[in-house]
Amino acid sequence: MSETKKPAGYYLRERFMPHLWCAGCGHGTVLNGLVRSVDELGLKKREIVMVSGIGCSARMAGYLDFHTLHTLHGRALAFATGVKLSRPELKIICPLGDGDALAIGGNHFIHAARRNIDITVLILNNRIYGMTGGQYSPLSGCGIDATTAPYSSIDEAFDAVRLATASGATFVARTTTFHVHQMQQILTQAIQHKGFSVVEVLSQCPTHFGRKNGGLEAVDMLKGYQQNTAPVGSKKLENSPDLIPVGVFVDEERAEYCDRYQGVIDRAQGGAAARTAPVGQGGAAAQGGAP
Amino acid sequence: MGTKVSKSKNLIDSILINREWCKRCGICVAFCPKDVFEEDEEGTVSVPRPEDCIYCELCERLCPDLAITLVPKSQPETQTAGDAS
Ligand SMILES: Cc1ncc(C[n+]2csc(CCOP(=O)(O)OP(=O)(O)O)c2C)c(N)n1
Ligand code: SF4
Ligand code: SF4
Repeated sequence: MSETKKPAGYYLRERFMPHLWCAGCGHGTVLNGLVRSVDELGLKKREIVMVSGIGCSARMAGYLDFHTLHTLHGRALAFATGVKLSRPELKIICPLGDGDALAIGGNHFIHAARRNIDITVLILNNRIYGMTGGQYSPLSGCGIDATTAPYSSIDEAFDAVRLATASGATFVARTTTFHVHQMQQILTQAIQHKGFSVVEVLSQCPTHFGRKNGGLEAVDMLKGYQQNTAPVGSKKLENSPDLIPVGVFVDEERAEYCDRYQGVIDRAQGGAAARTAPVGQGGAAAQGGAP
Repeated sequence: MGTKVSKSKNLIDSILINREWCKRCGICVAFCPKDVFEEDEEGTVSVPRPEDCIYCELCERLCPDLAITLVPKSQPETQTAGDAS
């Protein structure tokens, strides 16, 4: 923690509080953890751009006193890519719902990961479309009741961690709104990471997911996160492989997209010699070019 | 204004609950390991046992409405980085 811990209100637009999320909604706990991470990193408000799509999760952008863009459902990463390419020195954070990130926004997600552009994505996974009243999402999974699956869903869920990993994200983690200390640590690592970082946060929607699936309330759902998870690489997980692994799955370095793009600009501006140099090999000198 | 202040004798000075932001979800009441909170039939939270707080920060971090502030006791000024071997 930074020594001069700022009050939670410092990064908030307090004039919009109390926020509109329901009582017990996990999205508020993610906001809580994010404020702590940003404080820990000592980031200035003007160094961060939050870009969100549409959904309950996307409303986070309204409550934070950063540069904020509240854009279109599923398209946050398209806007975020534009912002990052034009101002690569800024930190970009995208809070996405599971539908926003992996249903309508799924294609943007895999390609942003493939490019390894320096953006931090938070997938606030409540396994349902909260804002529109409880339709099932690609993360609901089999046996889940939703307004669009009154006899329960028969669709397998994506594993967001494996999808992000396979797509090329260079930092991939999962945590929950119960694991609040771990959440801060992981968010801090993700924001610091240079490259595409994905943090899936299991976040309860008591209003739609809970009500339709056994009348679960926020406290029950948090207890579920406590009981049904185990740290990645732990004995506990080895003994009970059905538990949901939490922790950091991928943390590696790979060339970042804005840096590569700068290489394109340099080659374009560097004249014919630079243009003919094969990418990744150091131009004329590396090709043994004598004067 | 709308903020309930409770005094603690030990690690923390007080536990503040912002009543204008609290939505009475009961998370703090359910998860405090020392049971410092209490809710009435309407779900209004109070802090009858602040002196039991061990400053684990669980309530402050779990609260989805950022409505809880733990105010730690200020460190005595005589305590400096301990190299007085
Ligand atoms: C192009 C478009 N399609 C559909 C919608 C309707 N819509 C708004 S939010 C949403 C899904 C919200 O679910 P999710 O992204 O999981 O976020 P949550 O609300 O659960 O946080 C949908 C389908 C829209 N706003 N725009
Ligand atoms: S509908 Fe669900 S996701 Fe949306 S604010 Fe309410 S609890 Fe949160
Ligand atoms: S966790 Fe926060 S919002 Fe919920 S009852 Fe406690 S103080 Fe109120």
